[in-house]
Amino acid sequence: MSKKLLEIDKLTVSFETDEGVFKAVDDVSFHVKNNETVGLVGESGCGKSVTALSILRLIPSPAGRIEKGRIIFGGKDLLKLDIREMKEIRGNAISMIFQEPAAALSPLHKIGQQMIEGLMLHKNISKKTAWNIAESWLKKVSIPDAGERMFSYPYQLSGGMQQRVIIAMALMLTPDLVIADEPTTALDVTTQAQVFELIKELRQSHTSILLITHDIGVIWEMCDRAVVMYASRIAEEGNINDIFSKPAHPYTKGLLKSVPKLSTETERLMPIHGYVPSPFNYPSGCYFRDRCPQAFDRCKKETPRLVDLGNGHKTACFLV
Amino acid sequence: MDNQSIKQPILEIRNLKTWFPIKRGIMARTAGYVKAVDGISMHLYKGETLGLVGESGCGKTTLGRTLLRLEKPQKGKILFYGKNLLDLKRKKLQEMRKRIQMIFQDPLTSLNPRMNVLDIVTEGLVEYKIIEGNNEAHAKRLMKEVGLDENSIYRYPHEFSGGQRQRISIARSISLKPDLLVCDEPVSALDVSVQAQIINLLLDLRDSYNLSYIFISHDISIVSNIANRIAVMYLGKIVEQGPASDIINNPMHPYTKALINAVPTPGIYKKKKIVLKGETPSPSSPPPGCHFHTRCPEVMDICKNIEPQESKTGMRQVWCHLYR
Repeated sequence: MSKKLLEIDKLTVSFETDEGVFKAVDDVSFHVKNNETVGLVGESGCGKSVTALSILRLIPSPAGRIEKGRIIFGGKDLLKLDIREMKEIRGNAISMIFQEPAAALSPLHKIGQQMIEGLMLHKNISKKTAWNIAESWLKKVSIPDAGERMFSYPYQLSGGMQQRVIIAMALMLTPDLVIADEPTTALDVTTQAQVFELIKELRQSHTSILLITHDIGVIWEMCDRAVVMYASRIAEEGNINDIFSKPAHPYTKGLLKSVPKLSTETERLMPIHGYVPSPFNYPSGCYFRDRCPQAFDRCKKETPRLVDLGNGHKTACFLV
Repeated sequence: MDNQSIKQPILEIRNLKTWFPIKRGIMARTAGYVKAVDGISMHLYKGETLGLVGESGCGKTTLGRTLLRLEKPQKGKILFYGKNLLDLKRKKLQEMRKRIQMIFQDPLTSLNPRMNVLDIVTEGLVEYKIIEGNNEAHAKRLMKEVGLDENSIYRYPHEFSGGQRQRISIARSISLKPDLLVCDEPVSALDVSVQAQIINLLLDLRDSYNLSYIFISHDISIVSNIANRIAVMYLGKIVEQGPASDIINNPMHPYTKALINAVPTPGIYKKKKIVLKGETPSPSSPPPGCHFHTRCPEVMDICKNIEPQESKTGMRQVWCHLYR
């Protein structure tokens, strides 16, 4: 439990657009331990997906560029590997579940064909063995008539079923780390509940999960630890109980308060004032200060660093 | 509110059916129907918010669109202040539309990118000849009403963020001082921190304009924060409806129970997880009997063949054999 499986160290990623260069990820460091589920939570544009894509070196290039930082996985810096070594890691040691299952599957190939591709590539086994393994995994993710479904095209399956196929593909190579980028956002609530149960059930003892989501409720349901990102930087990090019972950063507090909860009367919600700033005009100092109810002079002048509050609970705020 | 207006709902829907034909073959003959809205009855009082909850494909959006006559229903009545909207001819309908407005999910696609905000928010007023075109004062008043900068009326939709765009479409929808607003997933495309702002704005406008809302959403926790009454839909039918507090505190229909249980609630460990089996069947071939029986954890033999009738307890209606 204590060994660090993945360590991201001072990662900075920038994108070049017509309007100029901006930092999508700014000096981000965190880690994922063995057998741990870590949630990366934040609103759109906060850099959570870019962080995830950087791990697998899937940042669209040349627009995007990893400026600095290290991504240590299994003792190696992933950013220093060549393409051939990286291919060995992708899908085999680290696999990924994307938000939109329909976009992640090839519409032109049968489910079975797509599933065995990775198996044959990484495991060096015959087509027949691969087919059998794939079929057994379809059964494990509770797809009815798995044998026949191997011959189906993705469009013949519903969104929930497609996501099950993706999950099977991500887990069947028994990776050490699964990165799940908003795996249930495109799905209905009851289907979301099914998918979460499935991921929990199938997680082998040594598999770690990095779950990326905008939904702080999902973090509560699924994760051991959470990393809260705001406007390309980490605002707060800690285990679930600390984050939810004693949030330290005003953004985390605001996020928790503004989430609509099941309520028996119509009551006013407590939103965070204002909007997420555009990456081209982040304010000076702390990026959250324009929206922060507790901002003071120092927040304008200096950028807060992550401070350890004990027990791995860290926050980047001058208030603590 | 006097007694008369309490008794008389502003909107009453009776046995509404919106079916879409499935055309097959070269002769394009009708091979069947997708029963998107299949026999729905409900009502709405002045100043009230009715939350319409259900998952994708349950027909909640079609129902909302039918209310504005954007879809043509097969059967049924939509009584708005006692007048059946479905009988109205073009001119009368035009008059009526002024009083019923709609807010859509994605403000980027519902706002014309080539129009500036001034023209967008006053378009209705100009169309109904209430004001002449290019009226800055009116546009500024509306912008202020929804909490936007009055000086940005010459800007275009792409210059605003998602939450601000949704405020613009709200400004447009209230410009004609309607009685009823149909809000179709108005906050689903927005960030969490902004969702709450829009919900609060809608609550404020409800009070200041004495509006009634039909609030359509897949998210029962959002609905519970704004609705006085909630109707839960599954495959074209309402399975349960009643006062919001009753539905949330004491859901009766197994589907409502599952929906509420599926909401991840920070800070609360759930004693029991309800995870539904299987998938929502296609609305073009719903199962016989109770539409929900294929996934229901409390299914009985009778559910497989016989469609449940309404059972009423107090203000609550539920369509389930468990409560016969």
